[in-house]
Parts: sequence; C-alpha cells; structure tokens
Amino acid sequence: MSLWRATRAIAAKDLRIEWRHKTALLTATLFAILVLLIFVFARDPATLSLGDVAPSVLWVTLALSALVALNRAFLLEREHAALEGILLAPVPRQAIFWGKWLANLTFVLAVQAIAFPLWILFFNVTPTLSLLAVAGVAVLAAIGFTAVGTLFSAMAVRTRFAELLLPVLLLPFMIPPVFAASEATLRLLANRPMGELWGWLRLLTLYDLAFLVLANLLFPVVVDE
Amino acid sequence: MTTALENAENHIRRGRIIALIGLLGFAGVYLMAWRFTPVERFQGLAQKIFYIHPPAAYASEMAFVFAGVASLLYLLLKDERFDTFAEASAEVGLAFALVLLTTGPIWAKPIWGAWWTWDARLTFSLIEFLLFCSYFALRSAVRDPAERARYAAVVAIMGMLLVPFIHITVYLFNTTHPQPVVVKTDKPSLPWEMLRTFLTSFGVFTVMYLGFVMTRYGIGARRVAEELSDAG
Repeated sequence: MSLWRATRAIAAKDLRIEWRHKTALLTATLFAILVLLIFVFARDPATLSLGDVAPSVLWVTLALSALVALNRAFLLEREHAALEGILLAPVPRQAIFWGKWLANLTFVLAVQAIAFPLWILFFNVTPTLSLLAVAGVAVLAAIGFTAVGTLFSAMAVRTRFAELLLPVLLLPFMIPPVFAASEATLRLLANRPMGELWGWLRLLTLYDLAFLVLANLLFPVVVDE
Repeated sequence: MTTALENAENHIRRGRIIALIGLLGFAGVYLMAWRFTPVERFQGLAQKIFYIHPPAAYASEMAFVFAGVASLLYLLLKDERFDTFAEASAEVGLAFALVLLTTGPIWAKPIWGAWWTWDARLTFSLIEFLLFCSYFALRSAVRDPAERARYAAVVAIMGMLLVPFIHITVYLFNTTHPQPVVVKTDKPSLPWEMLRTFLTSFGVFTVMYLGFVMTRYGIGARRVAEELSDAG
C-alpha cells in the first residue's frame, strides 16, 4: 500500500470513529466555549475592554482546546490494544504518523472552526475580511503543534498520568506558535500593513516544517517496541 | 555484573573528588570576588552576583546541550550509557539552572527594581528549565527502562530543536538584559581584576559540572547494574 493511501486510510478511520461518537468533538467544543466565557469574567470590565484582550483570549482558547483534543488522539488506540493492530499492519510507520497527524489536525481545526465565530460574537470583533486571514493564521499555527502533539500523545498514552503528562510536555512547544499567531492576529485586527506580518508568518511556517519533519522522523522510535 | 557495579562505584568516587575540588574552587571564587575584586561604581555590591550568575548560565547550557547530544547518540547507537549520561547531565543542568533563576531575581530587585521581568534571556532560561522539568516528569512516569530511555531521548531531541525557536520568540517579545561584556567583537569592557574573577568562576563551574555529572552518572550506572543483576 502506498504511503499516501495508508495515510488516508488511517486518518479516515480515526475521523470516522470521531464522527460516529461525536462525544469528543462536542466535549472539546464545549470546553472551548467555556474557556472563552471564563475570560469574559476573569477580566475587569472597567479597565480592560473586550477588544484589548480579544487576540490573547483567542489564542489561549485555541491552544487549550487543542490540548484537550490531542489528549484523546491515542486514547482510542490504547483501548483493546488497537495500536498493536495498526503496528502489525503492513504499512510504513511514517503512514501511521501522517494519518494520525492528519486526523488530529482535522479534529483541532473542527474545534477551532466552531470556537472562532463564537469568539467573534462574544468579544465584539468587527467582522472584516482580515478575519479570514486570522483563520488562515490559526491553520498555520495548528499544523506545527499538532505534529508535536501527535508524537507526544503516542508517548504520553503509554505512561502513567497520561492526561497530565501531555500538557506538561506539549505546552513549552506551543509557546513559539501561539506567540507568533497572537502577534499576527493583533496586527491583522489593527489593520497593520502586510509588511509587519511576514516575519510572524515566516516564523510559523518554519516551525511547521521543522517539527513536521522531526516528529515524523522520531515517530518510529516511539511506537516500536 | 560486579565489574559494572565496580565501574559505577569508581565513577562516583572520582566524581566526588572532582566535585569537592570544584566546591573548594567555588569558595575561592567567593573569596576573590569579596576581597580581591573592586566594587563596581554604579551597581555596588549587587554586581558581585555576576561572578556566579553567568557561569551558572553557561554550566546549565552546557549540561543541557550535552544531554541533548547524548540522547541523540543513544537513539543512534542504543547504548544505555548514553541515556544514563543524558539523565545525569540534564539533572545537573537543572541544578545550575535553579542557581541561575534564583541569583537573577536577587540581582534584578535592586538594579531593575523588580524581582521578575519578562526579559528575553530570563524568560528563555525559565522555559528551558521547565522543558527539562517536563523531561524528568516523563522519565518518572515510564516504568520500563528501555522505553523510558527512548521517550526521554525523543523529548530531549525535540527540545533541542525547540531551543532556537524559543530564542527567537523571547527576543521578539522583550529584552532589557545587559548585553555581553566579555565575549564580544571588541575588547572586553571589564577591568582586569573583575575579568580575572569572572573567568576563574567559569573554570570552577566547569570543574563542578564535571564532578557532579560524573557522580550522578555513577549513581545512574549503579542503578542500572543493580536492576540487571536483580533481573538476572
């Protein structure tokens, strides 16, 4: 089976399971909404307007809900030792990584796609065309940290305290993309010239490429006995 | 197995001697800084912390780099000694990083007026420290030694790639840190009496690093040897 076909088959399997149950997607979305809500109450309305905190809130919410989403990535495989089954399949290890990553990315983007309009609604963000660019930045940021998350969740799930360990391992890796993405968002919302954006977009792209390649290379080390 | 145990004990013994020499040297640095180095004109006594703070930064950085390189070698060669060394070096690095992160605020309070500022290098050190804390969190959460070594190596290698990104991030974020005064393109701007103490301290921290890592490596190697003899 070719790499691409195997990748697609694994991603499709994961997404089909998610789609049948829908519990994970609904829970992760609910979580994102609740985080947005908490921020509204955690700020002093007299000193901080919703607009001031909007970019930071968006990125903290997206990062935290991505963590929740990634946590369940390999839990599915742990049940009934399903991972062993996949490892026995005559497909390259790389295909398992790409498939898992693709499913994770789709799942994280689905949660973001629901949280994003709610953020616009709750934080009175003026709906302009630049919001499309913000959505693009969200995709660019998610590509990199889901790659790291896919690798780490494959490890974390086989340890004690899996649910606690993944955030502890992954959060330091989220600092560069979350920072770059929130800086880019800030500039997009303020209608700054494109010249101010390129640096942040370059940083995000470089991060994505670097971690996709390295996580993919290290994945066989993690899953092989 | 006895030879492995004996080897480990030898490492511990040698490591302790080197560490002791390092610690004596450290006392010497204190003495030099206190008695034989002039008080800085603007910062006063607070500046004396610089005979500890940058050397601790250097030692922790060296420790983390060696831990990363050893992790890579472990994955390539599958020799468990590299894993034992990586663990030892990372742990010693954490100790030095803790020195770095405590001396920094002590200096920052009188000079910058705040214990903590989100300055670039400060933030960088904190994130690196936390990264290695999570490395140890992972190590302690895996029971099987071979699996633990592989997972830890993966985190350390990923961490090595993260470091340049964190570096860029924190510099874009903020910096108020003093710029280098010794390693720079023109002549060092420290007077000789200060430079002497400063460089001695770097040497002493290197000796302490060697001593601590050798001891810690011996302890790790002893544990591995004991586990093997229990299993066999």
